[in-house]
Amino acid sequence: MEKDTKAFQRIYTKLFQLTKATVSLKATGIGNEELAIVDGRLAQVVKIIDDMVTLQVFAGTEGIATDAEVIFAGKAPTLKVGEDLAGRFFNAYGEPIDGGEIMGEEREIGGPSVNPVRRKQPSELIATGIAGIDLNNTLVTGQKIPFFADPDQPFNQVMAMVALRAKADKIILGGVGLSNDDYLYFKQVFDNAGALDRIVGFINTTENPPVERLLVPDMALTAAEYFAVEKNEKVLVLLTDLTLYADALSIVSNRMDQIPSKDSMPGSLYSDLARLYEKAVQFPDGGSITIIAVTTLSGGDITHAIPDNTGYITEGQLFLRKDSDIGKVIVDPFRSLSRLKQLVIGKKTRQDHPQVMNAAVRLYADAANAKTKLENGFDLSDYDERSLEFAKAYSEKLLAIDVNIDVDTMLETAYQLFESYFTPAEVGIRQEFVDKYWKKTEN
Amino acid sequence: MSTIGKVTGIIANLVIVETEGRTAQNEICFIKHGDTRLMAEVIKIFGKKIYVQVFESTRGLKVGQEVEFVGHMLEVTLGPGILSKNFDGLQNDLNKMDGVFLKRGEYTEALDADRKFEFKPLASKGDKVVAGSWLGEVKENWMPHKIMVPFKFEGEYTVKSVIGEGEYLINEPIAVITDTEGKDIEVTMVQKWPVKVPIKAYTEKPRPFKILETGIRVMDTLNPIAEGGTGFIPGPFGSGKTVLQHNLSKNAEADLVIVAACGERANEVVEIFTEFPELDDPRTGRKLMERTTIIANTSNMPVAAREASVYTAMTIAEYYRAMGLKVLLLADSTSRWAQALREMSNRMEELPGPDGFPMDLPAIISNFYSRAGYVYLPNGESGSITFIGTVSPAGGNLKEPVTEATKKAARCFYALSQNRADSKRYPAIDPIDSYSKYLEYPEITEYLNKKVSPNWTKNVFEAKDILLRGKETYEQINILGDDGVPLDYHLKYWKSELIDFAILQQDAFDKVDASSSLDRQNFMLEITLEICHKEFQFDSFEEVGPYFKKIINQLKQMNYSIYESDEFVKNRKLLETYLKEREVKQEEQLA
Repeated sequence: MEKDTKAFQRIYTKLFQLTKATVSLKATGIGNEELAIVDGRLAQVVKIIDDMVTLQVFAGTEGIATDAEVIFAGKAPTLKVGEDLAGRFFNAYGEPIDGGEIMGEEREIGGPSVNPVRRKQPSELIATGIAGIDLNNTLVTGQKIPFFADPDQPFNQVMAMVALRAKADKIILGGVGLSNDDYLYFKQVFDNAGALDRIVGFINTTENPPVERLLVPDMALTAAEYFAVEKNEKVLVLLTDLTLYADALSIVSNRMDQIPSKDSMPGSLYSDLARLYEKAVQFPDGGSITIIAVTTLSGGDITHAIPDNTGYITEGQLFLRKDSDIGKVIVDPFRSLSRLKQLVIGKKTRQDHPQVMNAAVRLYADAANAKTKLENGFDLSDYDERSLEFAKAYSEKLLAIDVNIDVDTMLETAYQLFESYFTPAEVGIRQEFVDKYWKKTEN
Repeated sequence: MSTIGKVTGIIANLVIVETEGRTAQNEICFIKHGDTRLMAEVIKIFGKKIYVQVFESTRGLKVGQEVEFVGHMLEVTLGPGILSKNFDGLQNDLNKMDGVFLKRGEYTEALDADRKFEFKPLASKGDKVVAGSWLGEVKENWMPHKIMVPFKFEGEYTVKSVIGEGEYLINEPIAVITDTEGKDIEVTMVQKWPVKVPIKAYTEKPRPFKILETGIRVMDTLNPIAEGGTGFIPGPFGSGKTVLQHNLSKNAEADLVIVAACGERANEVVEIFTEFPELDDPRTGRKLMERTTIIANTSNMPVAAREASVYTAMTIAEYYRAMGLKVLLLADSTSRWAQALREMSNRMEELPGPDGFPMDLPAIISNFYSRAGYVYLPNGESGSITFIGTVSPAGGNLKEPVTEATKKAARCFYALSQNRADSKRYPAIDPIDSYSKYLEYPEITEYLNKKVSPNWTKNVFEAKDILLRGKETYEQINILGDDGVPLDYHLKYWKSELIDFAILQQDAFDKVDASSSLDRQNFMLEITLEICHKEFQFDSFEEVGPYFKKIINQLKQMNYSIYESDEFVKNRKLLETYLKEREVKQEEQLA
């Protein structure tokens, strides 16, 4: 690491090449990934060939002249970490948006990975009150999971709700290309809930240059590591929207003449996203980093390179969908998945949880088949009719995102629905659970 | 005298070094950066410019920093103590590293220099030996670990002395051998070998002629993999690749299992670290971890080391094969390795092939797969590496370069189907699209018919045929409607469902059902086919489904019971009763 930056600051004033996102100049003694100020704008070294140094200018190069001043900082991007971070909002460079100074230790962002043998297997349930999550796709501390949603879905609202109910010690919001309205929304919701002192925000709004966004997740995760490792806190990181992060990556790689792979994305997209998501971890000393992200889709297409690579990295995905039968947004039970739920359901929750969950989803699938039959003009059986009614009630009482109950109540609600529409044999859960929890003897 | 160079360029983890000295393709070098030395590998030489890929982050690296070339390729250390270890892609022992975070430039010893092993000589004075000949044996966990003449030794040697039985450290000399010119050479328990060069300490590599039992019915019964064979599993995310791989590593009938976690989720590796030391190996009763070695290069670890990790794993597998052991090598996922190649090729500004992958991707993949195989050793013993890789096709589309290149190289194809996964038919291996080329080998069919039953292969092909016909009729029923097709179509469809539920589907999380012996598979196939042979008569198509569901449920109950236990027999009898009832009913109707 470089030290004594102030004393040895090197200043250059002759740019050799300019593109929309990069500048190149002749300079010596420069380190890879080192920061610099180009014409007052923050930039980072991305390529060095002999004495030709290429810098990526985060704010874009509009108006930069060939004689612009370039000052090298002698260090990679850093963030000052400390208790001071709590309750504050920062820009992509880690500077407080409302001005003022932060006291703390300066730390490089994008630091090293956790040794896999030092990780602990995640095992602590995160309760959100939303049955579409807690009942069907239970979240666990140390997990990484995105919302897959079309841009018109209320993913930011759901995420704010999840964050507030999750009982995290710290909530770190990484706003990547957040609209200013959504930024104010987050601020207001956290403020109203009296949770502002648990929040740290790193915000790049749509008003800021897109390449700046590339710094936000690393800033957020560096702050998260500080609280999780040094303070052994349970940290929840919210990253919205990582599709815009990937778009920014493709802008840079395009400017650097790299050969694009699928969907014009850089060939390193998988590694770039994994580097962020893999910061989710359960530490042995109790601290944890859980990442909930947003990947916006285009027309629900999950085969696009961004959601596709994301799906291979994350531990499941939460799919939001508007259910036209009840006119509400639900967590889609078919396309959503939490890969880590097996570690907690039936263990940290009631023993019948896995069976009840599966039975309800299966019956919901029967309803979907009945619906297809109906649409194709076939006659419905009595069972079909009942499953359709069940599906509506299930959607309303459990899948809708405005539900807020604890897991036991979710299970009770599920039994009430089963009892109203089906016989125990049709539900097909193990007899010992029927004996214990099924209230009515007949339908 | 080692070659010294200087850094002249840095593009992400590609570094350009200039030197006047001698260098070699794939040679290892270290870049001096402050107090640390960063390991890198030569990937291209162009005059004085040497292109190296750095196995670490290159943050802060500067032009002018010194580079030292070590004169050899990336090597692994081979010796007792590899089993149960958790290595990174460069064979650093992860447990020996300090702190929670991986430190740049920290490299640890692969083996334990202070661990003693109980040695027993196998060779004696005057024996003629070659590379790979067994000089002695130590106990590693429960496995006999052979101490061999190092693979690098060329020609014939004569054993001068072998140390007596006793406990020794791995670096202590255990034998002296003499070359043809009379020079004495000391041999220890440890040797080194470059990972990108196949170990060829064998006399012959025959066509595989046995099968490797995996305990997974849809593989063993329908599309078996040969011992020493190759296979691959492509599948979109969420189709159950990981569960299938873990199940293979738990239940396959191999002496040892090497898992290369290549660019995948860290929490999945943690699952192995956490669970395997607790799980029993069904074959030996020992802990599963004792026969398992993990090479972990998770997706957030340096990309260049990802490529190295699969080679490291293969080399370790070859080492154990030379001891006459049956090795199963699993790599999850080879797509991440291909992506690492793509990133480097891109930075070197090579002309890209399809989807930006390097042009020689198919050659690299087939070269790697060809290192698996069944071999005869110089002493007449045999050993094998069975290799199964997973592929993560972009967007779940099997027409992408990695899947297509792998298809040419691997002999078994286990296609995970999104549809099967969505309808919870696990393992989601598609019975129609998947294949095993080994079923076309007469030596394999002969072996199976002898080992399992004389009718085995005939039955297998019949089951495949029923499945195919079932799929065709299912499509017809979907188009024409339930009552628009003859009743016979429903029967054909439900017979294929019978095989689907009783043979193909298997519960990886159920203690009993997770693994099924070949005997048991044969028994289930026989009774399922017997039901398929029956002439059923129903009055309407509405009766067919419910009846077959009852039969299917009974077959499933059998799968959930311990083979030949009272419960199993009870369920079998119940099945017979249901079948009998139907026969009686049909006869009555006829009468």
